[in-house]
This record gives sequence, structure tokens and C-alpha cells, in this order.
Amino acid sequence: MSNSLGIPKIRIRGLHKAFGSKIVLDGVDLDVEAGTSMVIIGGSGSGKSVLLRCILGLIEPDAGTIEIDGENLLTASRSKQDALRRQIGMLFQNGALFDSMSVGENVAFGVRAKHSDRNGATPSRTQALQIAGGLLEQVGLDPSVGELSPSELSGGMQKRVGLARAIAGNPNIMFFDEPTTGLDPIMGAVIDGLIVDCVQKLGSTAIAITHDMASAQRIGNRAAMLYRGKLIWQGEASELMNSGNAMVDQFTHGRREGPITMELRK
Amino acid sequence: MNAVLDPIAALGRAALGLIKQAGALALFALEALSHLVRPPFYWRIFFSSLIETGFFSLPVVALTALFSGAVIALQSYVGFGQYHVQSAIAGIVVLAVTRELGPVLAGLMVAGRVGAAMSAQIGTMRVTDQIDALTTLSTDPMKYLVTPRLLAGTLALPCLVLVADILGVMGGFTVSVAKLGFSPSTYITATLDSLKTMDVVVGLVKAAVFGFLIALLGCYNGYNSRGGAEGVGSATTAAVVGASILLLLFDYLLTDLFFSQ
Repeated sequence: MSNSLGIPKIRIRGLHKAFGSKIVLDGVDLDVEAGTSMVIIGGSGSGKSVLLRCILGLIEPDAGTIEIDGENLLTASRSKQDALRRQIGMLFQNGALFDSMSVGENVAFGVRAKHSDRNGATPSRTQALQIAGGLLEQVGLDPSVGELSPSELSGGMQKRVGLARAIAGNPNIMFFDEPTTGLDPIMGAVIDGLIVDCVQKLGSTAIAITHDMASAQRIGNRAAMLYRGKLIWQGEASELMNSGNAMVDQFTHGRREGPITMELRK
Repeated sequence: MNAVLDPIAALGRAALGLIKQAGALALFALEALSHLVRPPFYWRIFFSSLIETGFFSLPVVALTALFSGAVIALQSYVGFGQYHVQSAIAGIVVLAVTRELGPVLAGLMVAGRVGAAMSAQIGTMRVTDQIDALTTLSTDPMKYLVTPRLLAGTLALPCLVLVADILGVMGGFTVSVAKLGFSPSTYITATLDSLKTMDVVVGLVKAAVFGFLIALLGCYNGYNSRGGAEGVGSATTAAVVGASILLLLFDYLLTDLFFSQ
């Protein structure tokens, strides 16, 4: 579903990124329609994280365009870039919670950072902590968890807190970097469920990168595969296990034999 | 392999690397300073850094200054005894402490304590994606993490040095009166006669510069650390060693600037 002008929510064209002689993204083209949950799969080192970081502005690509709502992020003014990125929420692989703050303060930080930018008026610390308590409940945690420090939480709880912080600004684009990595299958399914709930509730467009095929099918309604910096397949997430593409099928079924070969560094 | 050219090439590469590092450090400092005049300013981080740098460094700086003043008095007594000018001890102590030992020793202590902590904290945030998380939360990491620490370091060290000056002179006084048999009133009079406003002020200016450099090196190395725990460890070492070397270099430059005439 595109917007009324037929412009996809996120449009990426000819994205290139190399680190020294190592080409990580090699002309990636990708459209993500508004309201879509796109899952990007691919092996380690295929460029998934770099693609995500380019969109987030954490890495500057060497060439190409990244458009959000038709506005090129890479050539827009600083204030426009900030405004576009303010629409974004991000759940990092390890949660990336601030260890100098309590859990509640982590979520309240997201509340204050996003609200102050959007409306010009920053909620007070007390107000932000109250909102944070509600957000913690929304991801299935008791608000009393807010008083703990991040190091006192399990991996699954840290992911939930990271999710609460990511949705604090009511983002309309959400990114998930390997959301189930390091979690047991049940907790992985719980996190996936929370992600789907949050994305649906906010009406957001989502991009998730993952190795976990079960997670990919739970989170996504569209899917794409990156291999050696190129997008080699796009389709419905439900087709992932039976895509008809030899590389995708080898990857999703975890077969050793097939067109994908492992590169051993010398 | 060329036995003549290879060492020269290696020297050239090292020099270029040093220039590149200096340029990157200068740009980092300029960017951080530019946030001082662009709101918002993170006062909570500033006050917390100020307390961490200033208040919690007080014991180590105080002890260092106290014993340094005492040692100078003792050493001067032995040395000056050969020329029968022991009466100059009070002047030597106050001159050495206010001009050099106060700022330099306090700076080195703070570099080891606070510079290392800043580097480790920011470095850990870097390798665990916390700095990237700040960016995704519409918060400029330079503005949030670096600028308040630079200001705190610049303001905290002069306060510490003022305390170090007083305690250093007190250390000299205590040893001179209790051990070397000086009259308290004579020693105090000699100290006050030798005490120059310019010496104290220049010491505080040095301290401000040292505080800035310590915070800058701590933040810069932490901010650019890579590669997990080992990277954070290397960054912390680089922060302390770099700050100590720069501190001594700037000590010479500032001494030359203010006192060479």
C-alpha cells in the first residue's frame, strides 16, 4: 500500500557501501510500502545491519538514495533529516539500554527525547516516568521493573524494555535488529508477538532483520534476502520457506549444499 | 627492503599518523565546543560530571598535594642546608606548589582517575550500541556525552588545584614547623611574602587547560573505541597516556608563555 501519491514509505535506490576494499552493499533497491512489515534475511556479513544503519543515518552510504515519504534523507537539510528520523523507533539486537540509568529512566528518556522534539514541550521527568510505567505495562512488564537497573534484567526483559523505549515516541517507522537473537524459542515468540502488537497498534511500517525463520514469518508480511550486498529476492513472508529461489531455499532450510558458499577468511 | 629508506618511511608514516590524530582530535573538540552555544544543554550530565571530576577526586588530589609539599620542604632543607639558605624553604614550597606541582600533580591524578573512567564509560556505550541508540532517540551523542564533560573538566580542575595549593603549602608548613624547627609565624610570613597572585592565577589557568585536555582525551578515545572489551581497554589506556603527555606538553608551553620573560 503506497500513500495517496503512490510513493512508498521507504524507497531505497542504488545503495552502495564499502569498508575499504570490502563491498558490503552493492546497489540495493528496496521499496517498503506504508503499513508493511518487511523482513530482511541473509547470512552473517551479507549487509543487513549496514543497510539498517544507513537508513538510520548511523552510517553514511557511498552512493544511492534513501527516501522516506519521498524525501531523500541523504540530501535533505539537517532539520529535515532530524524530522524524518524522529518518526523512527529502533530496537537494537542487545537492547542497547543505557546502563547509567534505571529501566524506568531508559524508557522515560525515549519519552522526553521524542516528545520534546515533536511538540516543543518536554514532559517533566515525573510525567515521563509515569508514561514510561504505562509503556512497560504495554510490553508485559510490571511498572515496578522501572526501578531496576538494566543489568538486573534477563535478555528477554531487556528486549521488552528496548521495545518500550522504541515505541515511546509513537514512531510510524520501526526497525528491529535481530529481535530474537539470544532468546529461547518461547521468549522469542513472545517478543515477536509484542512487536506485531506494537506495530499494528501504532500503524507503523516496520523493517526487521533476522536469521530466525520462525521469527521472520511471525513478524513480516513481506520478505527480502540480501546476499553479498545485493537484494536477490523479494516476496511474501509466507513464501519464505518455499520461495522457488535456490539461494533463499538453501538459506531458509539451513542446507549446507547449494548455491550459497561460505567465505573463509584467510 | 631498503635499509636506509625503510626507517625513514616508517618515521614518515608515524608522523602522518600523528598529524591525522591531532587533526581528528581538534575537529572533535571543535564540534563538542560548538554545542556549548547551541541548546539544549544537558545540565544533569554536567553537574554529575562536575561532582565526579571535582568532588570525588578531592581525596587523592589532597593527599598528593599534602605529601608533595611536605617532601619539597624536607628536600629543600637538606639541599639548601649546604648553602645555609634554609630560610628560602617557605618561598620554594609556595612557588613550586602554586606554579607547578599543584596543577601538574592534580592533573595527572585526575587523568588517571577521571580520564580513564570517562573513556571506559563512553567506550562501553559505543561498543554496546548505546551511542547509536542515543542517535535514534533524536539525541546528539556529542552534545549529550561530550560537551557537558568537557565543561565539567575545565571548571573542576581549577577548584581542585586551589585546594591542592592550600594543602601543598600546609604540608610544607607542617614539616617545617613540626620536624625542621621553623617558627610558625616566620614560616607564614615568608610564605605570604613569596605568594604571588600571578603564580596562583597561572596555576589555575593551567588547571583549566589540563581539565579540558583530560576530558577531551577521555571522551575522544572512548567515543572512537571499537572492538568490544579489548577496544575499550585500549581506549582507556590511550586516554590516560595521551592526556598525561599532552598535559606535560601544555605545562611547558604555558610556563614558557607566562614566565619565560
